[in-house]
This record gives sequence, structure tokens and C-alpha cells, in this order.
Amino acid sequence: MIEVKHIYKGFDGTNVLEDINTTFEQGKTNLIIGQSGSGKTVLMKCCIGLYEVDKGNIMFNDREFSYLAEKKRQEIRQEMGVLFQGGALFDSFSVEENIMFPLNMFTNMSPKEKKERVNFVLEHVDLAGTNKKFPSELSGGMLKRVAIARAISLIPKYLFADEPNSGLDPKTAERIDVLLSELTKKFNMTTVINTHDMNSVLEIGEKISFINKGKLWWEGNNKDVLKTDNEELNEFIFATALTRRIKE
Amino acid sequence: MNFYNFAFYKGDWKRVHFFFFQGTALKIFHMKLLQEVGEYLYIMLQAFKRPDKGFVFRRQLLLDFKRIGADSIGIVAIVSLFLGAIIAIQMAYNIDSPFIPNTIIGFSTRQMMVLEISPTFISMILAGKVGSRIASEIGTMRITEQIDALRVMGVNPANYLILPKITAAVIYFPVLIIFSIFLGVLGGWLSSIITGIVPSAEYINGIRAWYDPFTISYAMIKTVVFAFIITSVSAYKGYTVKGGSVEVGQASTDAVVQSSILIILFDLVLTQLLLT
Repeated sequence: MIEVKHIYKGFDGTNVLEDINTTFEQGKTNLIIGQSGSGKTVLMKCCIGLYEVDKGNIMFNDREFSYLAEKKRQEIRQEMGVLFQGGALFDSFSVEENIMFPLNMFTNMSPKEKKERVNFVLEHVDLAGTNKKFPSELSGGMLKRVAIARAISLIPKYLFADEPNSGLDPKTAERIDVLLSELTKKFNMTTVINTHDMNSVLEIGEKISFINKGKLWWEGNNKDVLKTDNEELNEFIFATALTRRIKE
Repeated sequence: MNFYNFAFYKGDWKRVHFFFFQGTALKIFHMKLLQEVGEYLYIMLQAFKRPDKGFVFRRQLLLDFKRIGADSIGIVAIVSLFLGAIIAIQMAYNIDSPFIPNTIIGFSTRQMMVLEISPTFISMILAGKVGSRIASEIGTMRITEQIDALRVMGVNPANYLILPKITAAVIYFPVLIIFSIFLGVLGGWLSSIITGIVPSAEYINGIRAWYDPFTISYAMIKTVVFAFIITSVSAYKGYTVKGGSVEVGQASTDAVVQSSILIILFDLVLTQLLLT
């Protein structure tokens, strides 16, 4: 479980996050939703330690993270898997080398064990046999799945995904959602997904946190979200013609 | 008052002097310079830490030997061969006196290649080739979140990305410069025998005359310093990129320009220190 306790974050005197107080539960897909510029990426980057919080705490299973020195953070970071928006795969490495990278850095596995782990995670993301391909040879959806495979290669306790289905066609986007949801259940991870994709919200949103203007506006799940009378959330959810038609 | 308003005070030299040497512009320049130097030193301190995994460092080092060193052999060979040839022909053209022996052509070609052309000129070419490559490679990694990915995986990105590049350059550049000196002298000899400006035996006598081994040490010291400048400045420029492809391009240009300026500056300082 990840606890976010009253965190504040600003840039150049402007508050981007104000008093965010929430928990991300273990074994569930926790979604952070909100419009572009609402502060959801900043919240995620605070959680993974890429931004320092101005005030407040972030706790990983009751372990303080936000004010730890960089070296001491490594212990918790080795339990994290992060899927960046563009995948952030290393261009000069093959698929296998990309997935093997965290294993090389943090484990003393034998080459055979590493290879087995690579094949194991590639099978989970339905990309068995692509070991020798390079990122430039993969499609957008495949890139995201390799990035997921790399993120789960250490079987992390916490999985963060920043807009995992942005730029993908609806079918591939749904496939990524289902994959993340299944992996969360299988490995009992605390998964935090940053998204503004309404399909993800309705399909896999077991816990949803709506961020608006840097504040936590609403919390609930994918069943509550359609019934809420929160004006800003309704505006966000039913912003497209398709979702308005579904509502009708 | 800003710079453009000052343009109207063409005759008021006191104001212009104040603006440039005591006023806002100087303060901004100093602040920016201090900030850049501080950032550069901080990143270098991060880079020069013990690598987390020795075999990962060794693998990166081998890759960088190829990318930074071996891939530069072609351009170093072509430029050195032709520069040696040009120097020999120009020497022969300028020294048109019966009182000066022909051996001076071989001697001058060797001395110019050893003292200046190979360590400095070739280093500036390497600043263009290797420096722009390093800045754009690391810059692209920055804007595509690959450096963030390394950080959240608990890896020290500066150490992982920069240290192998600096090590590879500091080890490999002296090899390239020795190669360049050899090819430059060879180029001079080839041009001499092809054009007939000086007999082969006299050219060879010239390159063997008045040899001082310290000149090679001087060239190697300069090369190592320049290798460090090229790789560290370019890596710093790439590492601190913010924005998109335009900024990566800008960082790449800045890396080449600033490395070249620093090479010339340090060339002067080292020459003064080592040869006088």
C-alpha cells in the first residue's frame, strides 16, 4: 500500500499540487485521472521520487520515502516498476537487454536465470520470441508491452504507469489495460495508473482519484464514477460525444 | 533599462561601460556562468563515483571504445594524411632559399604534426564528431525519459552514462593522435615524392632530425586534457537538456562550440606551462 499524506508541490512559486491525501491499495489498479495540466503526472513523479515534495509524506508500506537520501531510496526503488509515457526503452539495447537491465543491476542471477526471467515476462506480455528485436523495430503497442515487461522483470511490489495507452488504437489500448489489471492481480502489486482514457476508467478503475486544479477532487471506483453528482468530474468524464451518448 | 534602450546612449560611454562591466548584463552573465559551472561540477562529481556493477561498466566502456574511438579512425586518417601532405607542400613553397636545407621540410612537417596539428586540430575535429554525438545521444535520452527511467531503477545515470565515455576518450584519443602523427608525416612524405618537391631521403632525414621525446609527452598531455574537455562538456550539455528536439540540436551545437573554445584556451595554457 502507498500512502500519500498531505503533499504539496510547486514550481516557481505556483502550487501544482495542494494537500493531496490518498492511499493506493495493494492488489488493486489505482487510477489517477484528471485533465491535462491538472497535476497527475507531478503527483506520480513525486511518488517515484523524480520530484521532491515541498510538504507532506509518501509512505510505501509504512516506510517513509519522500525525505530519504538518494542512496537510501534505492532499496524502495528496487521494489518499483515504472512504465513511462513513451516507454523510455534504451534505444541501443535489444528487447532482451532492456528487460535484463534491472536484473543485471540489482540481482546476482546467473545468465541462465536471467534469460528464463526475460522469457517469463515476455510471455506475460504476449511478446515471446521478440528477444533480439530493437525498440526501433517495434510498433507503439509492442513498445509499451516491452516497457511493461521491463517494469515487472524484478516482480515489483509497486507498479506505476504514466498514461500507458496514450497514442494507441482503442483495441491495443484495451489490451494494455487488461494486461496491467491481470498482472496486478497475479503478482498482488500496488498499481498506480495515470490516465485520462475513459475506457480505462470504466474497465479497470478499482480505485479512482480525480485530480482537478492540483487538488484531490473526488475518490471512488468505476461504478461510482458514473453516478457521481460532482460537477467537475462529470464535465471531465462526459467531455466527449461518445461518453455523453453512453450516459444517455 | 534594457540593452536596446542603451543603444540610444551611443555617446554615453560611462553608461555603456557600467552596463557591460558593472551592471545588469554582467550580473546575469556571472550568475549564469556560476550556475553552469556549479551544475557541471555537480554532474562530474556524480559521474566519478564507483560504478554499481563492474561488468555493466566494462560493457559500456567497450561500447564507447567503439563509438568514440574506433568509429573515428576513418576521419582522423583522412584528415591527418591530407594535412601532412599540405604542410609539406606549403613548406616547400615558402622555403625557397638555397641556404635552407630541404631536410627542414620533413622536420617542420613532423614538428607541426606533433606539436599542434594532431593534438589540437584533430581534437577539434573529434569535438565535432564525438562531442555532438555524445550531446545528442544523452540529450535524446533525457527528453525521452530514459534518464528518468535509469533514476527510478536506482541507477546513478551520470555515472552509468558519462564515466565510460570519459574513460574511453581519455584512453583512446592518445592512440588516435599517435596514429594521426604517423599518417601526417606519411602524407608529407607521399606528397614530397609524388610532386618531387623534395627527395625521399632528405625528407626522411628531416623527420629524424633534432628529435626531442618531450614533444610527444607534450602532445599526449594535451590530448588527454582535450579528451576530458570534449567528453565532459558534451555529456554535461546533453544531460541538462530541457525541452524537445530543437533543444537537443542546440545542446549538440553548444557542446561543439564550447569544447572547441575550451580546447583553444587550454592549448594556450598548456603550451605556456609545458614549453616555456
